Amino acid sequence: MPLLTLACVIIIVTYVCVALLAPVLAPFGQFDVSAGAYQPWDKTHKLGTDNLGRDILSRLMYGLRNSLGIALVTAIIAFLVGVGLGVMSAVGGGWLDQVLSRLVDVLMAIPGLIFALLLLSITGPSIWAMITIIALVEATRIYRLARGVSLNIATADFVEAARIRGEGLPWIIAREIVPNATAPLLAEFGLRFSYVFLFVSALSFLGLGIQPPFAELGSMVRDNAVLITYGEITPLLPAATIAGLTVSVNILVDWYLKEFG
Amino acid sequence: MADKKPILSIKNLSVSAGPENDPIPVLNGVDLDLYKGEVLGLIGESGAGKSTLGLAAMGYFRRGCRVTGGTVTCAGVDLLAMTDQQREAIHGTKIAYVAQSAAASFNPAYRLMDQVTETARIRAGTPAAKARSDALELFERMKLPEPHQFGLRYPHQVSGGQLQRALTAMAMLCQPDIVIFDEPTTALDVTTQVDVLGTMKDAVRDFGIAGIYVSHDLTVVAQMADRIKVLLRGRQVEEAPTRDMLASPQQEYTKSLWSVRKIQKPPSVGSKSPEMRIQVEGVHASYGKVPVLEDVSINVRAGETLAIVGESGSGKSTLARVLTGLLKPRAGRVLLNGTEAASGYRQRSKSDLRAVQMIYQMPDTALNDQQSVGTIIGRPLTFYHGLRGEQNRKRASELLEMIGMDPKVFLQRTPRQLSGGQKQRICIARALAAEPTVLICDEVTSALDQIVAEGILRLLEGLQKDLNFAQVFITHDLTTVRAIADTVAVMELGRIVEFGPRDVVLDDPQKPYTRKLLRSVPEMDPNWLDDIRREFAKDTETATSPEGRAAP
Amino acid sequence: MQSIVKMIATRLALGVLVLLAVSVIIFASVEALPGDIAVEILGQNATPEAVAAIRRDLGLDIPAIPRYLAWISGVVQGDFGNSLANQRPISELMGTRLSNTAFLAAFTAAISVPLALTLGILLALFRDTTGDRVTNASGLAAVSVPEFFLAYVLVYLFSSKLGWLPAISNINPDMTLLERMERTLLPAITLTLVVSAHMMRMTRTAIIDLLEAMYVEQAYLKGLSRRRVILVHALPNALTPIINVVMLNLAYLVVGVVVVEVVFVYPGLGQLMVDSVAARDVPVVQTCCLVFSATFVLLNLLADVLAQLTNPRLLHPR
Repeated sequence: MPLLTLACVIIIVTYVCVALLAPVLAPFGQFDVSAGAYQPWDKTHKLGTDNLGRDILSRLMYGLRNSLGIALVTAIIAFLVGVGLGVMSAVGGGWLDQVLSRLVDVLMAIPGLIFALLLLSITGPSIWAMITIIALVEATRIYRLARGVSLNIATADFVEAARIRGEGLPWIIAREIVPNATAPLLAEFGLRFSYVFLFVSALSFLGLGIQPPFAELGSMVRDNAVLITYGEITPLLPAATIAGLTVSVNILVDWYLKEFG
Repeated sequence: MADKKPILSIKNLSVSAGPENDPIPVLNGVDLDLYKGEVLGLIGESGAGKSTLGLAAMGYFRRGCRVTGGTVTCAGVDLLAMTDQQREAIHGTKIAYVAQSAAASFNPAYRLMDQVTETARIRAGTPAAKARSDALELFERMKLPEPHQFGLRYPHQVSGGQLQRALTAMAMLCQPDIVIFDEPTTALDVTTQVDVLGTMKDAVRDFGIAGIYVSHDLTVVAQMADRIKVLLRGRQVEEAPTRDMLASPQQEYTKSLWSVRKIQKPPSVGSKSPEMRIQVEGVHASYGKVPVLEDVSINVRAGETLAIVGESGSGKSTLARVLTGLLKPRAGRVLLNGTEAASGYRQRSKSDLRAVQMIYQMPDTALNDQQSVGTIIGRPLTFYHGLRGEQNRKRASELLEMIGMDPKVFLQRTPRQLSGGQKQRICIARALAAEPTVLICDEVTSALDQIVAEGILRLLEGLQKDLNFAQVFITHDLTTVRAIADTVAVMELGRIVEFGPRDVVLDDPQKPYTRKLLRSVPEMDPNWLDDIRREFAKDTETATSPEGRAAP
Repeated sequence: MQSIVKMIATRLALGVLVLLAVSVIIFASVEALPGDIAVEILGQNATPEAVAAIRRDLGLDIPAIPRYLAWISGVVQGDFGNSLANQRPISELMGTRLSNTAFLAAFTAAISVPLALTLGILLALFRDTTGDRVTNASGLAAVSVPEFFLAYVLVYLFSSKLGWLPAISNINPDMTLLERMERTLLPAITLTLVVSAHMMRMTRTAIIDLLEAMYVEQAYLKGLSRRRVILVHALPNALTPIINVVMLNLAYLVVGVVVVEVVFVYPGLGQLMVDSVAARDVPVVQTCCLVFSATFVLLNLLADVLAQLTNPRLLHPR
């Protein structure tokens, strides 16, 4: 494994540990107003305080925990739905495939973020609305890929051999298709998780995602953006935290695809 | 020859591929001398390094290949020590190249004439008009249809055989000293191959060109080469003048290349008429609106092998799909063991599905890499015969022993750990696990090297003797037909043109197409090409060639 | 010729069909989601009169199908209905904002397309060198960071620290082109970074695929110089993949615009859409969504048609 990839793995592991241990590691709670607004960096508030006087370091940890958790749940839902339907479409064919594929074609003609904004304007911002909407949008992309990958495998001779042996659809999917699709699907999961993470933080940054007072990396950037014009780098920290994770995941996936793809 | 100086000389050439710290040897200290006016045949199986050696003769190496030692001397100069510019000056004008796939070797964006004359115009400084008239002359000489129009076409507008001839014309246009032919007829059907081989042989002779002819097919090389060099895994095995090599190969490996030709199934004895295993009656089938099978009727009895032969697009693989129920015919029916089977596999009963088992051309894609050999063979045992646990393992081990593989070693392996021939054996074991009455073999040996193919054919023959299944054997290779078939069906454009006992069809064909197809298959005899062209020339006086018909 | 016209007509018809389907989805989203949209917007304590008024404004008192037909026929004639928030016609709200967004997108495209294509082609030609690896890896990094991160880093550097460029892109119609460009430069650079990285990586892959083609090897073996092989044999065939890459990324640009406009308070369509989502002004959001999707579909359609037009198989049928 190249050094760069190894560094990315270490970064990802660190992120996950911080997210899991945030309540233990963070010096303050995520809602605690512990000082005046916009305090500079000092001993008690290592990274200063935000617009409401909350400790930024603690909110970064909790923000990571919240964003990561939500992104993971969303990505898993999107993945289960997308892969499930995609594989079924590819192997089953027929009207189900026709209907789903045309529907996905049309849904994908609407840019993802734009469609999410439309749906959010109807449902109003809430965590579950956001999770459902992002999962729906991303599931269409995953469906496309999973269907393509499975279709490729489904035309292989060993699947044909299973068909003319008389095997049923569930057996073919579970034993022939899925085991052979693991590598591309795993890579796709990595990429999709990274997209979802960006998606969640973008919506929160726009003020339409996770609502205050919950700490979220995207909304932390938004809350403190005004400091940038004064030459402070504090608002860049949550943005850099997001970037650190997504870049690491992407580099890891890139390596994985070269190695096993 | 010994007193003459070679025009091309390769000394002790070694080439590696793969990472620097873990190189994979491609060529290992190979020598080669080429003299003026002769054709040297390079023969070997996949991975022998023959294409790399052919390209090395031009001082060209594909991406990832590195020279680790040796020289390539042409007209007294080392090609490997040259700059790129110096090599460019020689390529195309002094040494030219004819590739395997003409369709991929022509640029889709330009007319053929522009591509054929490019080197002459750019490198040799020939005026465009002169280059065009030279090319026209070559087109005429190569009997390309409507030579004046031909150059105006784009590559996708002409047939494969014509493109391959145009590629040869492109190589010849600057009258090079040396031409490298890299499997130039491998992608063609046999009837087209005769014409293209003839064109190339004439061109080499007329222009007094020295050539290197790379091929895996001994019979083809025999027609083209004066001398033959045999390669095995990057090393030279033996080298001799063609006639000597054919008459008495010295090395064991070289002899093994001939081995498939030694099998011949004795004609089926007696007039016993065992029961019918499979009968196809008046089948019509199509993909969408395109008809691919028309009024096909065949039958196979127990213990009998039917070979289905035909060129690409004749519908032979489609017939296999109808037999297995993957493609529902538009009309006609398929009888298994005397009773009509459902046309689609989904509607067939489990016992009908069990009765017909299939073995594929590409063992690599026919096995699921994620399953162990035990699982692959064990599944049909569970599925059809309800064998589980210890019983299943025991039966799977027996099957492995039947195909000559040690169950202790192979039961736990995955296909990734097996060679091509071993994979094909596993495919056979999987088919036998079902205890079929009909085995369908779709070009099962064409992806394998000769010696491995021979092993597979012998195995199938032995198994058939023991288990008495009927076999439908699809192939384009007539040597294989002689080796295994009892009856033969010849297909052309979706129809059966001839069907009967092997010796009757092969030795006394009744239809002109069968005669042409059979005679187009190259033989070991170096005179075969010249003889057959003379015969065909006589025929064409009365009929038109299929190439002529195919022209747009 | 005939086959070309037929191809274009088919693609156009298909594009229109997709757009119609998209409009149905945008329209139907309001119907399909659970709950009463009027109550959702006003909150649980709204008076029945207020709810009824909103329902009337949204046209919810009319059955869905005639309502859709009325809406879509209005859209076709340029009448998108009225904003829920301030009752003004939506077409009026969009007017200058649409052209502002188009300006930003065009500005970005003008920088990023030549830049990315040149870099991508160079990387392909010099692949596996250190320069290639570094550039390619930076490109990967650039596509995986959030747009607002890039935006704020640029603001921090060029606005807060160096003071070269304004942090806020408040443009208005009275400005000269030069002033506009100065104010739009930071958002345009941000978008360029994101889009070029994508475009560069995709161009590199497309060109490498092309250089692996057998006819490129044959061209070398014909004795042609590297220059001629690349310029005469490889590049003309690169047109099709490059068109696809460019169009795909311009379509991507359409979406990237939203976040960047918010960061720089740029008065464009993306900003309008985000504000309207926050205000629950559903008709405005629907219209913005339709406009963005139409652009997206049209760019894809254009890519498809152009790619077909550069295909020799279509230009010179058998």
